[in-house]
Amino acid sequence: MRHSKASLIAGYILLAIVTVLFIGPFLWLIRSSLMDLSQIFTMPPEWIPKPFHWDNFHRALTVLPFGTYFANTLIITVSVIIGTVLSSSVAAFGFARVEWCGRNFVFAILMSSLMLPTAVTLIPSFLGWRALGFYDTFYPLIVPAYFGGGIFNIFLLRQFYLTIPRDFDEAAFVDGASYFQIYRSIIFPLSRSAIIVVALFCFLAAWNDFMGPLIYLKSDSLFTLALGLQMFQGTYTAQWDLLMAASATVVLPCVAVFLLGQKYFLEGITLTGLKG
Amino acid sequence: MRKSLFHGLLFTSPAILGFLIFTLGPMIASLVLSFTDYSVFKEQTVFIGIDNYVRMFSGADDYFYPSLAATFYFVALRVPAVIVLSFLIALLLNMNIKGRAFFRTVVYLPSIVPAVASAMIWMWLLNPDLGLVNSILNTFGLPGSNWLYGENTVVPSVVLTSLWGIGGTVIIFLAGLSGIPRQYYEAIDVDGGGWLSKLRHITIPLVSPTIFFNAIMTIIGSIQVFNEAYILTQGGPNNKSLFYVFYLWRTGFRDAEMGYASALAWVLFIVILFFTFIVFRTSNSWVHYEGEGRS
Repeated sequence: MRHSKASLIAGYILLAIVTVLFIGPFLWLIRSSLMDLSQIFTMPPEWIPKPFHWDNFHRALTVLPFGTYFANTLIITVSVIIGTVLSSSVAAFGFARVEWCGRNFVFAILMSSLMLPTAVTLIPSFLGWRALGFYDTFYPLIVPAYFGGGIFNIFLLRQFYLTIPRDFDEAAFVDGASYFQIYRSIIFPLSRSAIIVVALFCFLAAWNDFMGPLIYLKSDSLFTLALGLQMFQGTYTAQWDLLMAASATVVLPCVAVFLLGQKYFLEGITLTGLKG
Repeated sequence: MRKSLFHGLLFTSPAILGFLIFTLGPMIASLVLSFTDYSVFKEQTVFIGIDNYVRMFSGADDYFYPSLAATFYFVALRVPAVIVLSFLIALLLNMNIKGRAFFRTVVYLPSIVPAVASAMIWMWLLNPDLGLVNSILNTFGLPGSNWLYGENTVVPSVVLTSLWGIGGTVIIFLAGLSGIPRQYYEAIDVDGGGWLSKLRHITIPLVSPTIFFNAIMTIIGSIQVFNEAYILTQGGPNNKSLFYVFYLWRTGFRDAEMGYASALAWVLFIVILFFTFIVFRTSNSWVHYEGEGRS
């Protein structure tokens, strides 16, 4: 579509406003994280730290064991990604590439669980894990990923698998390949980009999860970054410099992963939206 | 294609087991729990029939109706705001301009920020005494606000903070918009119609399935708002932001009334089913699917 000059100018002005509104909070975060308290409280607000207080990061990250929180978050996130990619890709294979009686029925039942609010299963799941002695461990946060990895991911991968020509499977069968070999050496490698999409969304969900760790983790030494940051806020209420430094540290890995995998993120959302 | 029930079940068995263990089982268990007074503090659990539900709706629970009210208010403000704003931004991003990829990244970036960190940033921005937002308002001679600390402003403030993360919805709209064939617009150009008639007669009808999808997802997500209440407000001031799932968590995990919290959860489930059903029912009249002759 071609635009008139006036509408182009209006478009740029509006986009500039949008940019300021969406990026502004990030700048405010970074600026506050590098100031000392007296400059932070100066009115009207200043934007450039004078001098740059890089030691805020050091102080914020040492008053609470953020190194431990970081390691915990990493362990949980990596375990969840592995489980999700393995189990959702296997299940999607069963729903997209194997013909069996009742397949669509079973798939529809699993899909219906998307409507179920997590609150409904929350309490019995908690009681179950506690009864098994796994309260205050990572297991409740990790193990479910190995059992299906979320119906939404299965759905996404299934849609992708359905676009791969059937002839590939047939040719492999003629050569004497088994279902598992077809999955491993044809379907899985061919769906690389869809699997990256699943892994990236899974990273964000696990890294950002707040309610799960809040409910299942009690010991300070097992806390994740999200929980740690919340704790920090409770303890250092008015220390906005340290609070912002700690927040920036939690935000940074997400931004880095997003910028690295940007192409896949945007593709992935588009895929989910169109199929809805 | 050869059939194999064995292999089908083999590959899907982890997912089926997961569904039985982590969804269906807990679902049935929570329904059963909702008819009991189960609490980790009590020695004996008694089956009390529908007493939990009576307690909710009869008004014996001082927090049930306030939490419903807060949640509905939040949903009523947030859903239209998210849909309209993300649609408008998507329209801008869909223009044929330089730097589209950059603007798209800018809009999407905030949506990946962890909820806790986003809450910290907004608490600081909206701080009544020292926050940036009030100080900007003051510069223009406008009065500041108590934002998250005011009874009347707390829910709109939480909505405001959540609008920072609408990037995902924008991108879905953008995908819908880019699927509209150029010729449709050219037809309006020929007829001499302007920008507004393009929007009304082509863009909105053709992206209505995407609007529908986004509306459903935003409604389901907004009803379940939790993090914001927990981190930003703890339900206050004066229970004005006592969002339902936060209240449910407080009942089940802080007060350890797990039977009653299960009943709350089932009411939530029914509310969500009801809303989804309503949106689906009305969708016939406004969602346009190409090739189905409906409009």
